[in-house]
Amino acid sequence: MIKVTHLTKRFVQQVAVDDLSFTIEPGEVVGFLGPNGAGKSTTMKMLTGFLQPCEGNVSICGFDIGKQTLQAQRLIGYLPEGAPCYGDMSVGDFLSFIGQVRGYRGKELKQRVARAIALVELERVVEQNIDTLSKGFKRRVGLAQAVMHDPKVLILDEPTDGLDPNQKHQVRKLIKSLAVDRIVIISTHILEEVSALCTRAMVISHGRLLIDETPYALQSRSRYHQAVTILAEQPLDRQLLQALPGVMALEDNPLDGSITLLAKPGEVIFPAVNQLIHAQGWQVRELEVERGRLDEVFRSLTRGDAA
Amino acid sequence: MKQLPIIFKREFTSFFATPLAYVFLLIFLVLSSVFTFYLSGFYESGQANLNPFFNFHPWLYLFLVPALAMRMWAEERKSGTIELLMTLPITRFESVVGKFLAAWVFAGIALLLTFPMVLTVNYLGDPDNGAILTGYLGSWLLVGAYLSVGSCMSALAKNQVIAFILTVSLCFLFVVSGFSLVLDVFNGWAPQWLLDVVASFSFLTRFQAISKGVIDVRDLLYFLSFITAWLMATAVVIDLKKAD
Repeated sequence: MIKVTHLTKRFVQQVAVDDLSFTIEPGEVVGFLGPNGAGKSTTMKMLTGFLQPCEGNVSICGFDIGKQTLQAQRLIGYLPEGAPCYGDMSVGDFLSFIGQVRGYRGKELKQRVARAIALVELERVVEQNIDTLSKGFKRRVGLAQAVMHDPKVLILDEPTDGLDPNQKHQVRKLIKSLAVDRIVIISTHILEEVSALCTRAMVISHGRLLIDETPYALQSRSRYHQAVTILAEQPLDRQLLQALPGVMALEDNPLDGSITLLAKPGEVIFPAVNQLIHAQGWQVRELEVERGRLDEVFRSLTRGDAA
Repeated sequence: MKQLPIIFKREFTSFFATPLAYVFLLIFLVLSSVFTFYLSGFYESGQANLNPFFNFHPWLYLFLVPALAMRMWAEERKSGTIELLMTLPITRFESVVGKFLAAWVFAGIALLLTFPMVLTVNYLGDPDNGAILTGYLGSWLLVGAYLSVGSCMSALAKNQVIAFILTVSLCFLFVVSGFSLVLDVFNGWAPQWLLDVVASFSFLTRFQAISKGVIDVRDLLYFLSFITAWLMATAVVIDLKKAD
């Protein structure tokens, strides 16, 4: 369990993290969301013991990160922003170094390194110097180093930044498979990642925790929550659509000529729309219900915060 | 203390991952021979000892050792690996001392590779090998002192070139602090005890004493406490500057 109380970090010009308090239980995958400079990375740096907070406490599974730093750090696997690794080492040597620091020796060390390499599919580049690797491979080396010791707490700062879609998918799969009985914290700008991965979304802006809820609840804040989009062969009767119970407004999408019906908060309009289409005998090519647009929620929550 | 050998090993092998180690060894060996045989008058002195060899070490190290030390922490900060290092279960003591020892042992190996010098002088005459041994000890302690200053400057400056220049300047001050060049600045206004303190900080006088075969416990203590103090300063500086 991670317990954060009144965490505050002030730098010379600004308050980076402002009185943050939360608790995370094992099994949760938490996504830190927020604009650049919102304090996500600074929070992670304090959770891992790299930075000392100005005020407040962090407790990792009962260990105070400020006082029992080493015990806490043994439980944490951390991928810092940009996945820094020792570039002059080969992938194998680097992971072996990390394994030794994590206390593995001999046969167990070999097994741990081999397993970490297999988990993120680094077999092809084991002998290569890290400096010569592509961005995606470097990121995976950073991930391998973070998961090697089966940490109870996994903290990943932008784990999929700079990866191609296939690699992103793979990393997400890896994080999901690791998440059982563990605490995973990721930070990201990629909103789809939050709904794909996380059980809990924390929106941080100006160092303050704005929202702390499930990704679904976050999506339902969108004005597009439960919105229905219709792409039809012929012009639709707008008045009939507008008159349906629960429909708040119509929106035209000039790109493909489809119409989006926005639902009033808390209303479900899809069945009514569906019935109307059948009753009118409209030829509909596409019909889509939305859960909500996270980027829109994100923008409206953090508007004017862009750093 | 368990992690210290692991840090040491990583740092030590990283010297050899780049041409740095080989360039350092080559230049050190060539320059130390050139100084000894051409500038110091090794043959002309007609004496079977290695004083001409050791006398140039404080000046030779002034430029070579800071080059060895400058990447120690600056590189970690520049590449961001310091965040990795500081969030692994490693104490500050282990990382600071591990890095320092790796550089110190490496420089010690460079020093040992000058053994043909010892063979030469033994072939030519009948030197006091005990004095030669203490000369090597003194020289190695001197390297340690330079490296400890370099470690702190490397932690202070993110830029390796700045770390290099700062280290050279500081070490130069410590080398010449027994000279009238420095003492004249204090002469006239400072009390005598301050003059004595400044003079007693000089690397040169202490190094010369050891390299002539006189091992005074106070000189050994001086070098060891000097190194300890600068390494402690390194740890403090890292904590202050690591996040910048």
